Parts: sequence; C-alpha cells; structure tokens
Amino acid sequence: MYRYDEFDKAFVAARVAEFSDQVTRRLAGEMTEEEFMPLRLRNGVYLQLHAYMLRVAIPYGTLSSRQLRKLAHIARRYDRGYGHFTTRQNIQFNWPRLVDIPEILEELSEVEMHAIQTSGNCIRNVTSDHFAGAAADEFADPRPYAEILRQWSSLHPEFSYLPRKFKIAVVGARIDRAAIQVHDIGLWLKRDSSGKLGFAFYVGGGQGRTPMVARLLRDFVPEEDLLSYTTAIIRIYNLYGRRDNKYKARIKILIHETGLEKLREEIEAEFAILKTGELKLPQADIDAINAYFHTPDLADRPEWHHNLDWLRSDDPAFDRWVNRNVASHRHPDYGIVTISLKPTGGVPGDATSVQMDVVADLAERYSKDELRVSYHQNLVLPHVALGDLKVIYDTLLATGLASANIGLISDIIACPGLDYCTLANARSISVAQQISARFSSHDRQMQVGEIQLNISGCINACGHHHVGHIGILGVEKKGSELYQLTLGGNAGNNCAIGEITGRGFSSDEIVDAVETVINTYLSVRESNKESFISTYRRVGMALFRQALYDVTGRAV
Amino acid sequence: MSLKILTASRLTDGHPVWYCTDGGWSKEFSNAAVADTSLACLLFERVAKQAIEKNEIVDATLVDVETRDGRLVALRLRERIRANGPTITSYAQNQSI
Repeated sequence: MYRYDEFDKAFVAARVAEFSDQVTRRLAGEMTEEEFMPLRLRNGVYLQLHAYMLRVAIPYGTLSSRQLRKLAHIARRYDRGYGHFTTRQNIQFNWPRLVDIPEILEELSEVEMHAIQTSGNCIRNVTSDHFAGAAADEFADPRPYAEILRQWSSLHPEFSYLPRKFKIAVVGARIDRAAIQVHDIGLWLKRDSSGKLGFAFYVGGGQGRTPMVARLLRDFVPEEDLLSYTTAIIRIYNLYGRRDNKYKARIKILIHETGLEKLREEIEAEFAILKTGELKLPQADIDAINAYFHTPDLADRPEWHHNLDWLRSDDPAFDRWVNRNVASHRHPDYGIVTISLKPTGGVPGDATSVQMDVVADLAERYSKDELRVSYHQNLVLPHVALGDLKVIYDTLLATGLASANIGLISDIIACPGLDYCTLANARSISVAQQISARFSSHDRQMQVGEIQLNISGCINACGHHHVGHIGILGVEKKGSELYQLTLGGNAGNNCAIGEITGRGFSSDEIVDAVETVINTYLSVRESNKESFISTYRRVGMALFRQALYDVTGRAV
Repeated sequence: MSLKILTASRLTDGHPVWYCTDGGWSKEFSNAAVADTSLACLLFERVAKQAIEKNEIVDATLVDVETRDGRLVALRLRERIRANGPTITSYAQNQSI
C-alpha cells in the first residue's frame, strides 16, 4: 500500500490546522455560515437532516487494518457506533458534532487519512477496481495510476474551482468493476500491440438528472502521458464548462452541447502543448509508485484445496458463502473474499465499530493487512488463502457479516435517502430493507440469479439507480414518496442507462412491483442460465410493462 | 394561512431544534410554538435572524404543520423524519452506541 511521504504529511497537517482554526472562528462568531459553508464542504463536512455528516476519503477504496480500526474508533468515540460506506468507496459518519471534527481530522491524519476533496467542485476521490492487485482477470494494477492521479489532483490550484464536481475511475482488468463509463473520466488500462501500457480514455459519463454513458475520447494514451492528457481534458472543461446553471455544468453536458469531435480537437491541441512538458511521467516515478503496490508474498498452500472441498460439503451455509462471496485470485491457492454489508433488513453499506474492528483483525491476520471498499458498498479481503476461508467465515458469522448474497437481489446499492440526506425526496433504506426481507430466502435469490438492484432517494443518483438492472428512484409527489422503476441499466462492460417502466409506485406498492418484475423475468427466461439483464435485452420492456400496468397505465 | 413552526439546526452539533413558546430552542418537536398569522410568521423570522446572528443556529426555516388529535404534525415527510429521527432507528439502536 502507498504510504504518505513528507509532502503528503505536511499538506494534510496544514489542512487540519487550517480547518481547526476555521471551526474555532466559526464557533466564536467570527465567521458567518455563508462564509463557513464552502470551507466546511471543502473538508467533507455537510449539514444533513439530523446532524453534521463527515465524509472521509478512502483513495481507490484501499485501506489497511490500522486505518479501518481508526474508522471504528471514530465511529465509537465521536459518532453513534457505526459508519456508512458509500458508492465512491468512501465512508460517511452521520452524527459527528462540529466541535469534534477538528479532533476527528487530527486522528485521521495519524493514519494517513483525511476528508479533503470529498465535496466541492473539484476532482473527487479517484475510484478503482476493488479487486485490483488480486483479480485473476487483471492485466495491470490500476491503483498506482489512481495514486498518481490522487497526488496530482490534491489541492490542484487550477482545478479547485471547476464548473462542477469531477469524478475519475480507473480499471485494469477484463471486467470493469468500477463503472468507469458513468464517470467524468473513465480510464481503462490496456497494452498496445507492442506491449506498452497505456489508457483508453472515456469522457462525459455520469448519472444525476441527465444520465449519460461516457464516450471513447482516445483509444490509447501512453502511461507517461496520463497527467498531460487528463490535464488537457480538465483544462478545456474548466474553460468552456457552464457556470450559469449547475444542472448543466458537468463535462457530459459540455460534450453533448459542443460535440465530441470539436472538443477532441481542442483537447488534442492542448495535449500537444503539454505532452513534452513537466507533466510527462518519468518511468522512475511510475516505478516508484508501482513499488508500493506490489502483490504481497503469497506462499503456496495447495494442500488446502481438498480440505476446502470437505469443509464445504460438511457445512451447506459455508458452501453457499464460498460460492457467492469468494472470487478467483490470480494465485490458485488464494481467493478474494467479499464481506457483504447487506444483511436481510439491514442498511446497505453500514458497519458497526465492532464489525469494523473484527474485519480489521481478519485483514491483518489473513489478508496481508489489506482491505478494500467496493462501490457496491461491501468490504473486501483481497488476499485470502483458501485454507483460511472457514475460520474467516465462522468469525464473520459470529459478527453478523456472513450474508452469502454477493451479486444477488439483496446485494442492494442504496444511498442514505430521506432518512439522513437533506437533498433526498424519498427514503431509500426502508425500500432496500423491505426488498431484502421479501427476497430473504437464499434459494429464491439463487433462483433469480445474478442481478443488480440500485436505489436512489433523489435525482442526484448517489444510489446508481440509472445503472441498476432494476433501478428505483424516489421522488416526492403531492407530499408523498413515489418510486420510479427503471429496467435494463448496467454498470461496467456494456454500460447502459435504464429505461423508465411508466408511472411511479407508492411506498406501499414498490416492493410488489419489483416482485412482479422478477416473476415476469422468471416466466420468460430461456433457462436458469439466462440472467435478468440478458433476458431484458432479449425481450425488451413491453412484457414487463404489461405485467406492471393495466391498459390505462395504472399500476396493476 | 396554514399553521407554521420555526425550525433550524443547532450550530455546534447540527441537531434539529424548534423555537418554542418560552422563547428558547427545543430539541423536542412537540414543544414548538405555532404561528397562525402572518404577523406571527414575521416575528418568527426576526427571532431566527437574531439567533443566527448570535451563532446559536443555522438554516432556519418555517415549516407547515397541522394538528391531528391535538398533536402537532409536520405536513412534509422530510420534516417528520427530522423531528423523529431516521425511520430505521431500530437497526441503528442495535449498534454499539
């Protein structure tokens, strides 16, 4: 893992001191809320429905045990004993007091963490593949490049006041596990015909009120030009992006209104100026960052394959968990364990301080001290010997973290919604709780198979509803919650935005509507091998609409 | 006019508070003072301005309410959730608070 150098330490310490002073001045009345609000937002502090909320950055979703223990400690000491992992691989604390936040930031800096650029119109936390450095289908680890982007974008003077927030994601495997095509810039590591590493650059993706799938800007940018090309894109965006209307300020709108070809010309012209300058990455620098991310030494442990088979046959629940929650590691004697934060009736993405401590202990003991946060709001142990799976499972079972549901209908992505968020129009969590309860039977979930169900409590789409195979968007209509249903969205490879089924459903109807969609799928799929999204692509919307609505368009 | 109450967030911890009849700010929604005239609303707005200037509160706003069975109820769900806390508290209470 990357460790802070002197520059990192100095700038985080300086920011903690600066913001502590600002909080003191605000509490003393030397600053108005109007003056203070942009400052607190630049430090990840929001004011939500019930309290302040602190969003802490987890760069590219990678954590050490020590860092997770610190987050557990903060949840316990300054909050209400739990934290919420988000779809940007960050963590949010829902109940901190403003007066405590300087102390929290001080504590975070002790473990090389902070809340800088988790809000505001700047380059946000760079996200990446939560299986990076471990996945069997990976051809290059994206995290060194995410780290280079983090260092370059942190407090970047030119890009601290962009027209709107700017999100970047990087992947380096055959499967896009970071939804790069719904980012302002999506980077896909690849090799050209000579074996040289570089990136395909996708631009202009995003969700929110105007969802768009990113378009390919350039098929191959050599790795040494990563910062030059990224700078060229954001510089052109900073120059032309709209500042008169926040709803039209993202780069996706600029591309839509200006045209990709015209912008490409401008970006390429800017890149031609930049590419031989100081932004060119020396190989020595790339190598130095890469060294932080080398795969840990993993001893061969082939004897455990037989034992694992025996343990699985002896414990059906363990077998189900291995089947759903353990992915292939590049080392055949190891697996990647996803710890579900989606128990039946639970809050997607929430973990208690006790659970965080237990997971930190497991990571230290069994996963080379490494952890990941996925944008699906789960935790990941990236390097687990197959022989250690049973003891990990037993520990998770005793901690309420052994749900065997990764990739199933109860593995729901959901934003905090109206239970916490001041922007929300409707609740997300309660809908997620009801759906996970309705589909709590593991057999039934397995019958339904691979599916992604996402819920957002407002049009800002923090719950990624546009790219859920089934998406639910909560709105407010005549003082009540109403839920729009979308079908056919998809993140990752073959990215697509879901299509609205028709009229929305009340909070009493939405779970039944989801069940109708599922039953329709089960009745028309060609076999249990045909997933929901494949079936939807084959049969289209009409059959689902027919099942959901009567001839007048009213919900059945 | 519809009945209105004055609410805000407390500066130090962001906790929702409601202006009440004794001239202070309460953490209990049920203690909220009710304005039923435009003059009373003007008075609430002046109170809010003073409290903001004294650094007691932020984000003051008037909220529509009605009385049901002798109890005050906010018309919007958002304000009811602000008053009563997340609707998922049973889960949150299971955490090691």
